[in-house]
Amino acid sequence: MKPANPYLPWEAEIVDRIQETPDIFTWRLRFTDREVARQYGFKHGQFNMLYLYGVGEVAISVMSNEGEELLHTIRAVGRVTRAMMELKVGDHIGVRGPFGSAWPLDVARGKDIVFVTAGLGCAPVTSSIKHVVANRADYGRLVIMQSVRHRNEGLWEPQYDEWRSLPDTQVLLTASRDKTRWPHWHLGRVSVLLDEAQYDKQNCVVMMCGPDQMMADTSRTLVDLGVPGESIHVSLERNMQCAVGHCGHCQLGQHFVCKDGPIFTWPQVAELMRVKGY
Amino acid sequence: MSDMRYLHRADLPTLFSAIREAGYRLIGPREETGQGGLVYREIDGVEDLPQGVRDSQAPGHYRLVKTGSARCFAWANTASAIKPYLYAPREKLWRAVRKDGRVHFEAVEREAAKTAILGVRACDLAALELQDAHFLQGAYVDPYYKARRERLLLVAVNCTHAADTCFCASTGDGPAAREGYDLLLDELEEGYLLRVGSERGAMIAADLPLQPASAAQQAEASAQSEACARQQQRALPSQQRLQQLDALLEDARWTRIAERCLSCGNCTAVCPTCFCHREFEVPALDGKSTEHWRDADSCFNEDHSYIVGEVVRHGSRERYRQWMTHKLFNWVPQYGRIGCTGCGRCTTWCPASIDFVLEANVLLGLAAAPEVELPHVDGSEAAE
Repeated sequence: MKPANPYLPWEAEIVDRIQETPDIFTWRLRFTDREVARQYGFKHGQFNMLYLYGVGEVAISVMSNEGEELLHTIRAVGRVTRAMMELKVGDHIGVRGPFGSAWPLDVARGKDIVFVTAGLGCAPVTSSIKHVVANRADYGRLVIMQSVRHRNEGLWEPQYDEWRSLPDTQVLLTASRDKTRWPHWHLGRVSVLLDEAQYDKQNCVVMMCGPDQMMADTSRTLVDLGVPGESIHVSLERNMQCAVGHCGHCQLGQHFVCKDGPIFTWPQVAELMRVKGY
Repeated sequence: MSDMRYLHRADLPTLFSAIREAGYRLIGPREETGQGGLVYREIDGVEDLPQGVRDSQAPGHYRLVKTGSARCFAWANTASAIKPYLYAPREKLWRAVRKDGRVHFEAVEREAAKTAILGVRACDLAALELQDAHFLQGAYVDPYYKARRERLLLVAVNCTHAADTCFCASTGDGPAAREGYDLLLDELEEGYLLRVGSERGAMIAADLPLQPASAAQQAEASAQSEACARQQQRALPSQQRLQQLDALLEDARWTRIAERCLSCGNCTAVCPTCFCHREFEVPALDGKSTEHWRDADSCFNEDHSYIVGEVVRHGSRERYRQWMTHKLFNWVPQYGRIGCTGCGRCTTWCPASIDFVLEANVLLGLAAAPEVELPHVDGSEAAE
């Protein structure tokens, strides 16, 4: 839905709040205007601009949209998100969206699906994983790879365990800085998981979200392994203030990451990500 | 050419009154008192126009020179473009009120004043077209820009004099305006040739004591325009040639530029096509309400590329590269053409005298790097 003034947020209420880790929390939000709640719809991988009264806005991917409720998982790292962590159930915020491009779940039909995420990069793919799980017959093998620094920073481990038990599904987790290797866990960066992942390299769709360097390294490795570049999709993060392609902060070469992205195919950004500081 | 009319200079005040009577406030070029430059400001009458004034421009240099001529538009361009009258450098977007634990959002719906701008240059008209593409023709429309744009009357005047920093002939945007105006003037020795570009312009023209334009007058206008194009000393390479910048992102020249660039953002502030802006909050002291504003921003500012814990473009090398490659290369897939219309303001207003056109040519191997790369020093300035 497109409002007349794309800069103006809608009011939403925090109806539930989960403290996931010391600095990560999840909000369950509901638009106070029922008409907005009814009309709001997002595509997997898109983001919203969340607004904190008197402080400002921040771009956060939509984790899921269940019924008329929106889920956002947020790490308190910046000026806005740190203040957002102080809010309680019943408090009101502003929401604009959804914005940006989506994961290619339609073209992925019939193919093996590979998710590669690092840290909180797991949140923007959650709704897509749920979509694949809910429509399991439409897709081939499902491989989920997630890396964190320490296992205790990892989110939703019971959820990963549940996915692991599904047919034709592989869930690979790794901790890059832990000393102890836990059951079902690997030690090292996401690259250690790529050797174990089983999927049809010629007939798969890869969806990736994490730090730039991790996505660039992983994409190059996958291409070397024989995955066509066009099959790899990355979700980028840049400074976003307007979210509608006007403010200019998110530019990467010819792309406005907010409207042309945040999800790009690897060939669209491969050369750009090679240039340091571009 | 049959639609050309002639307005004698003595009748120029009738243009002012016709515009006023149509309900427009009038903006035009005038000398900024004490600043020594031309700017677009509200003007009351013909006496406010810069009659007998010419601009002398060079990298890092802008001075006005008295010529004694009766002409009012014999200058090349103003310090700032017409951009601030459409895309405001500072703007309140909306307001939020907190009451009983709720947050209410209120759009700022502001009726834009009907505004006429007199003396608009071809480079700025072309830039306005690019700003229209950015703010109005994408998936989302900027309602603030739109409100002003819809109530705008543009009276363009073709250039008869190019500054040393001008290069609109090479970008194909001037020195004569082709489209996008409501009225277009050619200033001649005794008066003005007038062309109508829109219905809005026709209504103004209907109130003027116009005479048929003679063939001699039309020839004089064409000759002036052609001479002005020939006068231009700088030229940007073709759009096709500029595509090659893509292969030069790691060129050593960017470091040489960065040794002089102060990352001050002057170039982006005066550029008629730059659109970057930042958003920020202005909360009321009583905590009951807050305003959401935007300010013009620059890709030369450190926080422009900030993402949590990191600045993507951390130095002047990366920022100048971003700015130049966006204007000359990355703009093409975004808006179908380069983002530069040849006004030369970025070069004039650079305190380090970085010559945008020269640097593009140096990068592409079309010009030699200057041996001495020091800011322009004006003899008269040294004597002051």
